[in-house]
Amino acid sequence: MPDCLTGQDLSCIRGERLVFSGLSFRLDAGGALVLRGPNGSGKSSLLRLVAGLARPAAGAVAWNGRDIAADRAAHCARLAYVGHADAVKPALTVTENLAFWAGLRGDSGDVAHALARLGLDRHAQVAGRFLSSGERRRLALAQLGACRARLWLLDEPAVGLDRAAQAILEDMIAAHRREGGMVALSTHTEIALGEADSLDLAAFTVARPALEAEDA
Amino acid sequence: MPGFRHMLLRDLRLACRQGVDAFMAVAFFIVAGALFPLGVGPEPGVLARIAGGVIWVNALLAVLLSLDRLFQQDYEDGSLDLLVLSPAPLEVTVIAKTAAHWLTTGLPLIAASPLLAVLLNLPAAAYPVLLAAMAIGTPSLSLIGAVGAALSLGARRGGVLMSLLVLPLYIPILIFGVAAVDAAAMGLSARPHLLLLGAILAAALPLAPWAAAAALRQATE
Repeated sequence: MPDCLTGQDLSCIRGERLVFSGLSFRLDAGGALVLRGPNGSGKSSLLRLVAGLARPAAGAVAWNGRDIAADRAAHCARLAYVGHADAVKPALTVTENLAFWAGLRGDSGDVAHALARLGLDRHAQVAGRFLSSGERRRLALAQLGACRARLWLLDEPAVGLDRAAQAILEDMIAAHRREGGMVALSTHTEIALGEADSLDLAAFTVARPALEAEDA
Repeated sequence: MPGFRHMLLRDLRLACRQGVDAFMAVAFFIVAGALFPLGVGPEPGVLARIAGGVIWVNALLAVLLSLDRLFQQDYEDGSLDLLVLSPAPLEVTVIAKTAAHWLTTGLPLIAASPLLAVLLNLPAAAYPVLLAAMAIGTPSLSLIGAVGAALSLGARRGGVLMSLLVLPLYIPILIFGVAAVDAAAMGLSARPHLLLLGAILAAALPLAPWAAAAALRQATE
């Protein structure tokens, strides 16, 4: 049976505020889900719910119909999460940074290959503190190549990337999907994904008159 | 446990590259201890009387100073999210990080304690017991400190909050650590006090990583 990830009737509360409610989605093997919506509509929060970092206030995220909270370790083993922060240690070299994350997951196969893929092989021995913000972003995305995760959760992956790096990212996502992997990502810019489901979080956002008045 | 080894090696490597951080705790330990002969006066009997207590209080404060190193940077640069999401159990990751913290803070403090003992005129008979008590007591300081460091993540003025959380929990270690040194200085057996320090360590070893891991999950939510 092909794998599938579903969210059923999800609600999310951040602070004291209900960010979204009644949100459902389905992501099949080889599928991509693009999260859209204005700032504060809960794109990052949804990705963190799907990752299992946060728990939904209502509803459940399920893998093949089984709640991900039931077996956290298995869910962690199948997902790769790239958040806003790049998790790059300034004191470690590029290779050491990536080798650590790959080693912690237990599949330290293709560190050199993953770096080459994102054009970081020239900087393999450079300390993280000397990387530009775009290069740090590339290094964060290199994790995707260094581990064999089925489900990629990418929070604004294209921020800070130049055109060439974005093309590499699009290639990586396409190759990942051809092998039956899944991608859920949030973005404000256009990322070419081919066939992808789009989820506009504004539709599930609970009305916030005060904030909307400020925006206008 | 590949996760344990990777985590331990990374934190040790980071501590070596940022050597100043680890050095600070030991430097504080010695400098603050050296203030006591100046403040209390050079009367050898008085110094010998207070030596055990001064060494232990300074060790407590030195460990406290270094605790923010444990999780704060990982929390700020997003590494903590990935650590929580790694398939390795978070408790094991916490034990590895705490072990790295002890190796770079507790161990140097043990090595520096004879120097402070000389400055404070500790009776020679108490030196082995001082080292033994520090060796058993400082791992507990790191373990209990990890809980405080994890709980205060994300709080404003987290450092002050951490002190308030952790220092009361350090009191038993202080009491039995000083009691062991004083007993040895007076020619009594330090064994019961060392055993009690060992009991604290035996309790902290399973409980503290579990509590710290729960606090880290809370912090990343």
